Order: sequence, then structure tokens, then C-alpha cells
Amino acid sequence: MSIAAQTLRPNAALDLGAMSLREVNAALKAESEGVFDVLNPGGAHAVACGLNAPVEVHVRGHAGYYAAGMNRLASVTIHGNAGTGVAENMMSGLVRVTGDASQSAGATAHGGMLVIGGDASARCGISMKGVEIVVGGSVGHMSAFMAQAGALAVLGDAGEALGDSLYEARLYVRGAVASLGADCIEKEMRDEHRAQLADMLARAGMDADPSAFRRYGSARKLYNFKIDNAY
Amino acid sequence: MTEQPRIPRTVPRKSATFDDATLAEIRRAAATGIYDIRGGGAKRKLPHFDDLLFLGASMSRYPLEGYREACSTEVVLGDRHAKNPITLRTPITIAGMSFGSLSAQAKEALGRGATLAGTSTTTGDGGMTAEERGHSKTLVYQYLPSRYGMNPEDLRKADAIEVVVGQGAKPGGGGMLLGQKINDRVAQMRTLPKGVDQRSACRHPDWTGPDDLEIKILELREITDWRVPIYIKVGASRPYYDVALSVKAGADVVVLDGMQGGTAATQDVFIEHVGIPTIAAIRPAVQALKDLGMHRKVQLIVSGGVRSGADAAKALALGADAVSIGTAALVALGDNDPRWEADYQALGTTAGAYDDWHEGRDPAGVTTQDPALAARLDPVAGGRRLANYLNVMTLELQTIARACGKSDVRNLEPQDLCALTIEAAAMAGVPLAGTDWTPGR
Ligand SMILES: Cc1cc2nc3c(=O)[nH]c(=O)nc-3n(C[C@H](O)[C@H](O)[C@H](O)COP(=O)(O)O)c2cc1C
Repeated sequence: MSIAAQTLRPNAALDLGAMSLREVNAALKAESEGVFDVLNPGGAHAVACGLNAPVEVHVRGHAGYYAAGMNRLASVTIHGNAGTGVAENMMSGLVRVTGDASQSAGATAHGGMLVIGGDASARCGISMKGVEIVVGGSVGHMSAFMAQAGALAVLGDAGEALGDSLYEARLYVRGAVASLGADCIEKEMRDEHRAQLADMLARAGMDADPSAFRRYGSARKLYNFKIDNAY
Repeated sequence: MTEQPRIPRTVPRKSATFDDATLAEIRRAAATGIYDIRGGGAKRKLPHFDDLLFLGASMSRYPLEGYREACSTEVVLGDRHAKNPITLRTPITIAGMSFGSLSAQAKEALGRGATLAGTSTTTGDGGMTAEERGHSKTLVYQYLPSRYGMNPEDLRKADAIEVVVGQGAKPGGGGMLLGQKINDRVAQMRTLPKGVDQRSACRHPDWTGPDDLEIKILELREITDWRVPIYIKVGASRPYYDVALSVKAGADVVVLDGMQGGTAATQDVFIEHVGIPTIAAIRPAVQALKDLGMHRKVQLIVSGGVRSGADAAKALALGADAVSIGTAALVALGDNDPRWEADYQALGTTAGAYDDWHEGRDPAGVTTQDPALAARLDPVAGGRRLANYLNVMTLELQTIARACGKSDVRNLEPQDLCALTIEAAAMAGVPLAGTDWTPGR
């Protein structure tokens, strides 16, 4: 397919109304830099996934599942809502959703930053492995389930079982937490945490006072296999 | 003085229900309060490939000459959607076993052995190591619920991607790697604190059900530019539906793992009581493929207790395209070798019974992260032993295929088989030996 080999004009627009998903993704992956618009996403799945270079991509509309999945280096903005698993397994770069995100936003992501302007649904940050996630609204139940590393900041509320079976990730929530999951406890907010949170909020472009947040983390009681943990 | 009649005494008799192993387990549970965790597959006797026999050619069939007439063993996997399907010289592949559960030496040896024998090997629940990529001509990269070490660079280095939904040893269960085996390198690869007892999730974090999986597979194909085949691995429980739904979700290859299949570590109760035997799973899986018009288009790889070319031949005759081996490959590397008997004794066990793989003290250096123990396994020599073993299995498979008159091992068919027991006849859907009776058909 020739489109991948061609170099796009800077600021080129790729129209998902006229091109196939394969053509759009191949064209984006062929670029090493530049700013690109993806038009008419219409909820398409796997838009702008697997990018591997510092390009800037603007998806103009709602995206389906796994938008910007496994992103590396690129900066992807979804001007709308995103479906399940936005920025799943991201390695680096920035993914921003201006609207709401569905389930499992930022699942298993290793690095980079995911910013969700609105709310995120259930399992936001599930099994996260180093990513930073900032959610302007609230997150659903089981968020940060089995989260291993990284940090999640929620400006709104958190649903039930926040941080269940958590390993080492840090969770910051400004609003109410419906309930904490197994082995997740509230922890003291020290200067280092306020500094980390302030930095994350600034980079996410969110205006919020770090001292209004509470911190949650692992009690580390599930770390070793004991009879009391086995049920 | 009259002699008292001697009253015959009963001999001490042990119960078949409460046998020694059962009694010992009750005592162990009572003393510790925790269930038993171990490695390996089901140890109880189950209907298996041993309960099937080949009929061989005679008056009504025409055999091929043993050492000379061509009998192809080559298999192509994943030619449904992928630009680069996989071609293997033998349909006997190496199953996914994680770095973490296995030493780096063992992973390297598996890659070396598979490559020498012209087959593929598979990563596992711990990501891809440089050793195994470097030494494996064809490497299948597992995509598991935990996503440990998962990254797009390794994904693009893979020759195929295997989405793991389940394993035969524990359909419905996740992985387990106890703290003893989480050294610095394993911890770093999995982004975990060192020394924790790690439980991998049993469900994928970002999809539920076949409709979601179809979209997940689309994403994986987009990221890898539709180059490599995508496998789906399921534990044998409801094979007809699981295989049909895997095809619907877009699998190029389905891996079906029966309950005899090994695991690195899980609860004994899971291994022995969940899932169905390998021979019971194959026919329904093949039927699902046939009903969808996909038999031989979506390839079926069967695993769980495959030990010989005869087992492989039986799986193929029941309709599989290939098999994979886990435990047998580890034995070829040296696992449970009597040469380490003194060490096994010191661990309270004996060669051939050692299954505490999760403890990381494997005398043979296979299922350990202890540098001194792991150094006992020479990856070059281990790889050579594995290649020899794979070659023997392939020759055995050809021997049987020729005896049944087949110029391609995949021409073996259920009509070449009969069963020794009613159970095996019913499960495998072949007649009881010497009769034309196939129970249930
Ligand atoms: C030590 C060991 C580690 C394993 N690790 C994995 C794994 O990481 N992922 C997986 O899907 N299956 C894993 N398995 C299961 C194998 O892939 C395969 O299904 C099984 O070993 C086949 O049965 P067999 O051992 O009787 O040949 C493991 C098995 C063993 C013995």
C-alpha cells in the first residue's frame, strides 16, 4: 500500500470518512514528526494506536475502543469522548481526552501521561505500571485495580473498591471515595506527594489545589501469601 | 489341653477413598490452614491418548514405506489474515512458559532446541527476554491478563501473538509467582516490588467477552501492521463454544489446552478438578471449526499431556493441526532427572515427583531464579537435548502416519483410531476396539 510510504504534508488532515482505518494508521505511523488531524472518527476503534514517534495528532470527534493504544512518544488529543481502553499500555508521550472516557482508561500503561477532561468509567488505571493519569471529573468502580506503579489523580470522586489489590501506585482523590478495595488505605499526604501532584496537575493543565487531595496507597498486607488473605 | 481355635485376623487394609495421598493432604491442611500450591498438571489417572490405538494399514488400506516414502510434517499456521504466516518443519511446538517461572537458561534452551528442530517457542506471563528472542527463530509472544513486560517494541519483534484467555491446568484462574522467585530481574520486568507473592489477574484488564476481544485483536493487528498471526489460547472446558467464539473474535489459530496441561504454580484443587481431559476436548473443537467452515483455515493447536510422537499423531488424527508441549520439554531439558536424586531427597521428594516449582529450589535449574541452581542447566546442551527429543517425536509421528498410509501427517483421521475403553471411545468419538460402537454417536 503506497500511502504509508508517502510523506504527509505537515498539518495534513486524514479523513476517516474517506480513508480506511488501516490507511490512516499506516500514514500516521510513517511520520517521524508533524501535526496531523484525524477527521470524522465516528467512534472508530484503534484510532492512532501504536504510534512510535513524536508526532502530534488531533482526533476531531469521538473515538471508539483503544484509541492511542500502546502510544510511544506521540501526543494524541481526542476532541470528544473515548471508548474502552484509551491509551492502554502507553509507554510514553501524552494522550488527552477532552470529554469522557469509558472503562479501563490507561489500563496497564507503563509511562507517559493520560489526561481525561471529563469523567472516566470503571477500572480507570487498572494494572497501571508507571503511567500518570489525571482525571478532571470522577472515576468509576475498581479504578487502579492491581495498579503496580505510577500515579492517578482524580479531581472528582472515586467509585467503589478504589485501588483493590494495589501494589505500589499512588492514588490522589479530591472528592469522595465510595469505598476502598482490599489492601488499599488512606496514607499521609507529605510534601513530596503534594509536589508530585502539583507537577502532574500543572502538566495536565488542571487548576486544582494539591492540598485539597487525599492520598491512598497499598497497605502491603497482600504482598505475601498468608492464610488470612486467601479467601 | 484343648487348643484354642486361631481366629483369623484381618490384614491392615487401606481405603481406596482415603488413600495415603488424601490422608497426608488432610493432615497438611489441618496443620497449615492453607491450600496446596504446586506446579505440573493433573496427576490423577484420566482418559488420555494412551487409551487410543491406531489401526494401521492392511487389506483395505495401503501403507507407505517406513524410511523412504515422503511423509510431510510441515505445517503453516495463521494464513487467514496475516501477511507473514508461520511455517514450521514439524507440527510439535513449544508452549508458553514464563521467564520468572523458568530460569533464563531454560528459556534460552527452549529457544535453541525449538530452532534446531524447526519449530516455534512461546514467551509467557513475564514478557520477552533478549535471550529467548535471540535464540528463537520463531517466537510467539503471549498477551496475558497481567500484561507484565508487555510493550509495543517486543510485540513488533514477535512472529505471532498469542492472546491467553485460559490454560488447561486452571481454566478460569490467573497466574501465580511466589516471592522466592521474584529476584531483581523478574521484579523489574514485571514492574513489581522484589519478593512479593505475585498473583496475575484471571481476566484481561481492557476487554470482556468475544465482542470486545474482536476489537482488541483489531488493535493488535493495527499495531503490528497485519503482519503476524494472532492465536487465542483457551483452557479446555466448553471447547465447542470457546473455539467458535475465538474464530468469531478473529483468531488465526486456536490453542486448546486440556486439563493434563502443566502450569508453573496453582492450587492443587484447581489442577485436579477444573477442566476436561485433552482427548475429550479435541472433537468438539474440531466440530466447531467444521461448522463454521474453518477447519484447516483457522489452525488448531492442542496441548495438555503430549509426551510422544504417538500422542501428537493421535491429536492430529482427531483433527488438530499441531500440538504443543510444556512439561515434556522441561523434562528433556533435565527437569526431575534422577541424577539430582540426593537433592530431591533433601527437599522431601524424589525425582519424578518434584512439583514444588513455585518454591524456586529446582535442583535441575529449570524452574528457579537461584543463580547457582540455574547455572546447572547449560542452555546449549539443554537445547540440543530438546532438539533431539523433538526430532524423535517427529520421526515417531511420521512412522505412524506412514503405517496408516498417509503422505502428510495431517491426513491422519479419526477413522485411523480405535479406543481401549468406553470412556475414551465416547470422548474421542472413535469406536471401541474390535467393535463398530462409538458411544454417544
Ligand atoms: C513451568 C510452566 C510455566 C507455564 N507458564 C505459562 C504461561 O506463562 N502462560 C501460559 O499460557 N501457559 C503457561 N504454561 C502452560 C503451558 O503453556 C501449556 O499449556 C502446558 O504446559 C501444556 O501441557 P503439558 O505441560 O502437559 O505439555 C506453563 C506451563 C509450565 C509447565
